[in-house]
Amino acid sequence: MIITLIDIALLTFMGATAIAILRLRSLFAVVMLSGIYSLLAASMFVVLDAVDVAFTEAAVGAGISTVLMIAVLALTGERERTPSHTPLLPMVVVVLTGAALIYATFDMPAFGDANAPVNLHVAPRYLNESFAEVGLPNVVTSVLASYRGYDTLGEVTVIFTAAVAVMLLIGGRKGDDAGIKKEPADDTEPDDDGGTA
Amino acid sequence: MFAVTAFAVLIALGIALARAFMGPTVFDRILAVNSVGTKTVLLIAVLGFLTGRPDFLDIAIVYALINFIGVVAVLKYVKYGDVAHSGTSEDG
Repeated sequence: MIITLIDIALLTFMGATAIAILRLRSLFAVVMLSGIYSLLAASMFVVLDAVDVAFTEAAVGAGISTVLMIAVLALTGERERTPSHTPLLPMVVVVLTGAALIYATFDMPAFGDANAPVNLHVAPRYLNESFAEVGLPNVVTSVLASYRGYDTLGEVTVIFTAAVAVMLLIGGRKGDDAGIKKEPADDTEPDDDGGTA
Repeated sequence: MFAVTAFAVLIALGIALARAFMGPTVFDRILAVNSVGTKTVLLIAVLGFLTGRPDFLDIAIVYALINFIGVVAVLKYVKYGDVAHSGTSEDG
């Protein structure tokens, strides 16, 4: 009951934040509000008992994304241009896609259903025998580090490659004046430092 | 008891959100984001006790750290116009 009320309050806040993001034209405020949205989503994940997902959402969504978006704002303008086309067609497409997705959820098993396929296949074995087989008290850690060890190794390789590529792209430009030049937009005032990366 | 605390935190969250929506100046919004982050930390802590599992307290502490880093980056942008400015340190 209490948890349900907290769910409703958090979802209301998230909806209000999303609408405010849509209506604002100041991109700085939009970045701030998307950070707030991410924090609210992280709280929602904690309420739903997905603590590790909430952790990732807070670190990536509220932390890194906000910093990256602010860095992008330093290179571009702070105002969003008023769109020249009417948003009717995208609205129809989005509503139809959303309706199709909601229709698809009717085929899914109920939330927390004990007879759902995800709770019947390998989950009982993980829950019952992972401590004897792996020896870690946290089942999620056992699954990630042992049962799906190769999968995790592949993910780490992908992230490492991405980090190396980003460092090659960004880190090699120190002292180089050929950074990204700011394109003069018609409704933004120029920065004082030229906007080099 | 914890339920009342949770609702008080939610109300404070709503007030901070309203300031973030309206906030005429940049600093209103930064302060609103910071206080929303603080309220999230409090909400997670209260939720841990509400559901009888206070193990999530360390998650709340990590949230507080993330909140701090984000606000530092935003303030650097507002002050210098650039996140990578070497006013204080190299990393943003």
